[in-house]
Amino acid sequence: MTDSSAGRLTVEGVSKWFRTPRAAVHALDRVSLDVQPGEFVCLVGPSGCGKSTLLDILAGLTAPDEGVVSADGVSVQGPGRHRLVMFQESALFPWLDVFGNVMFGLKRERGLTRDQKREIADHHLDLVRLTKFKKAYVHELSGGMKQRVALARSLAPDPRVLLMDEPFAALDALTRERLYGDLQEIWQRRRKTIILVTHNVREAVCLGDRVMVMSPNPGRIREVFAVDLPRPRDINSTHLAELSQRITTALKTYDRSSDGL
Amino acid sequence: MKRTLVVGGFFAGLILLWKAATLYMGWSPLLLPPPEAVARYLWGASLDGTLLSASIVTLKRLLIGYFIGVAIGMALGLAVSTSTLLQSTIGALALGLQTLPSVCWVPLALLWFGQTEGAMLFVVIMGSVGSVVIATDTGTRSIPPIYARVARTMGSEGFDKWTRVILPAALPFLVSGMKQGWAFAWRSLMAAEVYVTILTGFGLGHLLEYGRELSAMDQVIGVMIVIVVIGLAADKGLFAPWERFMHRRWGTGAPTS
Repeated sequence: MTDSSAGRLTVEGVSKWFRTPRAAVHALDRVSLDVQPGEFVCLVGPSGCGKSTLLDILAGLTAPDEGVVSADGVSVQGPGRHRLVMFQESALFPWLDVFGNVMFGLKRERGLTRDQKREIADHHLDLVRLTKFKKAYVHELSGGMKQRVALARSLAPDPRVLLMDEPFAALDALTRERLYGDLQEIWQRRRKTIILVTHNVREAVCLGDRVMVMSPNPGRIREVFAVDLPRPRDINSTHLAELSQRITTALKTYDRSSDGL
Repeated sequence: MKRTLVVGGFFAGLILLWKAATLYMGWSPLLLPPPEAVARYLWGASLDGTLLSASIVTLKRLLIGYFIGVAIGMALGLAVSTSTLLQSTIGALALGLQTLPSVCWVPLALLWFGQTEGAMLFVVIMGSVGSVVIATDTGTRSIPPIYARVARTMGSEGFDKWTRVILPAALPFLVSGMKQGWAFAWRSLMAAEVYVTILTGFGLGHLLEYGRELSAMDQVIGVMIVIVVIGLAADKGLFAPWERFMHRRWGTGAPTS
């Protein structure tokens, strides 16, 4: 359904300040990046580096104070159905069952019949291997299952870009590793543009085509690492560990230098 | 099954105690009639239709007044939740009025509407509106902000967001507010019916008060029992389904049988 060339994101000179009565926090300072259609980009950095703010701006949930964000050449003025967000907490709706949650974003799609929508929802439940839990309620699911439902809910309306805000942070290590595999597989099949925010360097290296390292005060992109490892990647491989090591060292350097400011 | 036995046993024991009190305590049957006298009254009043017609009059007032109250309360509550100005005006007023026991509206209602159905409806509406306004307002404000963010990114805005996200998310608050509104409405209507004679309809409250005037204690206790039963039935019929729905979906509380 999606045009394979769609899903390009361009950020030019974006700055953002948060003003509180006591201080102005410079959350983002002239951030620029260019994400290709179908690319998987990870943003890593310590808390306060503005990575989540950048994701919110990409989503259109927050407006930048300076600079321009465009998606497929069109300036981003607000949330749009081509850029969907997955949050750290699954934020599933407890009053709907699993199927209802996956249907949520589809309900407003025009040009699809009811049966087509149900079919799409079923397909995405299958994609995250939760067909058996179609009628389950949210509180009956484990943390990993919730995030898989949230993934299906975000993918079902067929967005061009998927924005993920630390989606695995609240999960245990084993569940997380399984989801890395799932996500890579789904991404390879569906070729969405994905921007994933995390503070876990290994996770970033395991998933991303590129890893962008950010530092706080003010939030900036300091260095970009291309990850040329073959897929699917295993988080425990030595090549992956080596690159993670280099990125972690870089992160520490920037963190120290920004502390001095 | 076991629970039914326990409940049945408890009430049977209570009735036995009551019977024993009438037999051995030496109280005048005018003050405490034996259970069978009350049962006889209930049986007779059921057969001749007195109880049924009084219950219908009362329930009609209650249901009409309550649904108007809920409709007004919800609309006001939603409006209040969207604006700070409305919250510090209408919201504060609702909070203030809620502290007023709803029976205190009866004198005013009588002066405004006379001894009419209008006065009864007014009391019921004023009794229920306040708590519904406050519950709706609190409910829609206490929704985790992440739900609204998800809705926004999924393109759900305005009316769609309200009906598919905000109201369902606020459901636990809405139901408890409606329940409280119901309790207030029921109490204020009973107070009003005991307090004033309305020529257009003879409700349960009147039946209770006439029992007192006639010193017919069997009637007084019998009508009290009917009032309790109606209150319980309303709770089971109107609210229990919603509560079961929420417990199942939200995973809160123990499932009710």
